[in-house]
Amino acid sequence: MTDKESPQVEGTTREPDSLEQHFPGILTPDEREGFDGYLVAPDKLTEFATRLRDEFGYDYLSSVTGVDYLPDEVMEVVYHAYRIEGGPALVFKTQVPRADPVVPSLVGVWPGADFQEREAWDLLGIRFTGHPNLRRILMWEGFEGHPLRKDWHEAYFEEDAKPFANRWPEGDVYRIEDKIPFGKNVQYPSEFTPEGWIPEGDEGLYAGLGQISNDGDGSSLKTDQLVVNLGPQHPSTHGVFRMVVTLDGETVTDLKPVMGYLHRNHEKIGERNTYIMNMPYTDRLDYLSSMSNNFGYALAVEKLMDIQPPERAEYIRVIMAELTRIVSHLWAIGFLLNDLGAFFTPALYAINERELILDVFEAVSGSRMMCNYFRFGGLARDLPPGTLQTIRELIFERLPRRVDELDIYLTENEIVRSRCIGVGVLSPEKAVAFSAAGPVLRASGIPYDVRRAEPYGIYDRFDFEVAVRYGGDVYDRYLVRLQEIRESIRIVQQAVDDIPEGEIQTGKPIFQVRVPAGEAYGRVENPKGELGFYVVSNGKPNPWRYHIRAPSFINLTALAEMCKGHKVADVVAILGSIDIILGEVDR
Amino acid sequence: MYGVGLVKGMGVTIKHFVNTYVDDLRWFGRRYYNPEAFAVRQSPQAQGIFTVQYPEEKLIMPEEFRYIPFLIYDELEDGTRQDRCTSCGICAKVCPPQCIWIVRSDDPETGRPIPEPSEFFIDIDICMNCGLCSEYCPFEAIRMDHDYEISTYDRFSENIYNKEKLDKPASFYAAVRPLNYAIDEAAIAEKVAKKAAKEAARKQRQAEKDRKTDE
Repeated sequence: MTDKESPQVEGTTREPDSLEQHFPGILTPDEREGFDGYLVAPDKLTEFATRLRDEFGYDYLSSVTGVDYLPDEVMEVVYHAYRIEGGPALVFKTQVPRADPVVPSLVGVWPGADFQEREAWDLLGIRFTGHPNLRRILMWEGFEGHPLRKDWHEAYFEEDAKPFANRWPEGDVYRIEDKIPFGKNVQYPSEFTPEGWIPEGDEGLYAGLGQISNDGDGSSLKTDQLVVNLGPQHPSTHGVFRMVVTLDGETVTDLKPVMGYLHRNHEKIGERNTYIMNMPYTDRLDYLSSMSNNFGYALAVEKLMDIQPPERAEYIRVIMAELTRIVSHLWAIGFLLNDLGAFFTPALYAINERELILDVFEAVSGSRMMCNYFRFGGLARDLPPGTLQTIRELIFERLPRRVDELDIYLTENEIVRSRCIGVGVLSPEKAVAFSAAGPVLRASGIPYDVRRAEPYGIYDRFDFEVAVRYGGDVYDRYLVRLQEIRESIRIVQQAVDDIPEGEIQTGKPIFQVRVPAGEAYGRVENPKGELGFYVVSNGKPNPWRYHIRAPSFINLTALAEMCKGHKVADVVAILGSIDIILGEVDR
Repeated sequence: MYGVGLVKGMGVTIKHFVNTYVDDLRWFGRRYYNPEAFAVRQSPQAQGIFTVQYPEEKLIMPEEFRYIPFLIYDELEDGTRQDRCTSCGICAKVCPPQCIWIVRSDDPETGRPIPEPSEFFIDIDICMNCGLCSEYCPFEAIRMDHDYEISTYDRFSENIYNKEKLDKPASFYAAVRPLNYAIDEAAIAEKVAKKAAKEAARKQRQAEKDRKTDE
């Protein structure tokens, strides 16, 4: 595995030796079996990162996460940095003692690290010194412990790894509520009483907001700063999501997103599960695009297992992933119009077409949304008879017409234009710095698409354009999505024409796959942006670490930047244009 | 000119509005509650709104549609039921939310396990309908159902399905999922043939051995 990957690393850094020579004493190659990249001393991390960005062009920090190596008493922080021109990742890690994990924050170098470092602090307890606002992000303030640590157990804890022993052969059926009744199923810190609790987390939240003062100097009125909470229960937020905004009149001066209301610690569940069990769970991340979620996870585990799916499976994968993109973008466009106040008529026109694609998914995988269709080294089953014909009818006849209709319907509409053009502008530099991905990044003039930058599957065989726009506003994000639907249609047209007959699974389907020890990062261009799965295996049936780089979550880092200076009503439109899915934001 | 985009957009809305009536005329007013029209209304040829008048109209489930699993038993000629399940436990091991509980049967005399379950529970509150149990079952014994109308008044007493509730005859399976049933039957036939061939080979070898010893 290491041998196979090393030419890629050569490609990124030109000569790997030179990188080590550039950073003598700072950098050592990660020589663990199946691992990749470099180890950096924590005290030299900021220096290394700054020079990596400025001298070597790694300007895009994709993923930051921690791994708890409990047996070694080590806490590791893993960074994946990319060049925005394309190419594979540069992976670097820093190791700190588990008892006192302190790592310098890289928010100053890559502002996109902001939420990800907060997540690592929240779930793993890694302290990032110099982080401007290191508070919990998914759990509530006052929560005891850091749940992703290997020695942390939840209230309904049964065992460290599935399958649980009491299911078979002596099935001991009981409801967990009977064993741990309601009221005793939550752990509080010893001095904590739920009744007497004042949410001090919000104090910290409000204190972190930018302050304005305008006492009125004679030329203008004296105004007070107003803090408004949009959400968590708010129809514009597409779920349970909260934005705290400070207002000067009606103009937004600062904004902080608050999330985690839907948090279920997907990653902890994933580390309890066996590899195959995680597949249906990935459906529930971005539940509008379950097929592409499957794709990313399958890629990561296939990298670890070093297997390739057969040709036919590769084609079906691409067809399904692109249909998913059409579904997701139709939904995003429809609901952007909802957010602008065009209540449900445009949304339903879009959903109308989506429904037909979901019928295809249902026929193929058995479920409209929770598809669970990909397997390691192939697919769950072949396309049922007649499905390819339905896809052809959709993709050659109906959908191109309907997308044109949507275009006529919305693009030139004066209300849409005046609400969207120039609103929520994100400059290209800021978009890269904030690690924005997907349509948000491409609407800001950065033609970065994982399908092109680092082709996976068989995407290098298809002829398609990377949709790009240069205004960086809400309107351009809409246009990028519309263009991407067209490009996806083009890809599926090519794929259904070329699809070969044959097997759809490499080897026999096995329910307990053997995954060699090592790490892998599988990333795909999800409709929302780059979706990455960082999986660490220690050779056991369950992954040691299972991390998700969630595009909706990380795209929110740039939300405050986009909203500043706009009106409250525009915040809703801007959020709609990022197109978040709370299942993925909160995980 | 300002407003042209708006007018064009309204044109699309009007087209959508009229389309439904045009479609209704095409079916001579029998657009609803008509299986033939319904099939077109749910296909890529659909025109106008395609609302399903549930529960009078119901979507046709594709073969692969999966909901709560069921267990299959074969009806033998003498009328007894024979479970296909051998309580090997693979479904319980692969189940992502761990909602399957199986009690393996033991021979009362020898105490050794015999291949049939004495109890089989699925907590359908927890079941996520992923279908992995049916996918990896080596004995074609657990398959996914099409019945999605399973709401109950009491989740505590009614939502843990026991073996009695899960058991369905093979004929039911053939009715719900005919294509999958055919595939399974072929697989079973192949297994039986293989077993018979093995048995025959063993017997032949035995016979040869006997003959040799006789000589």
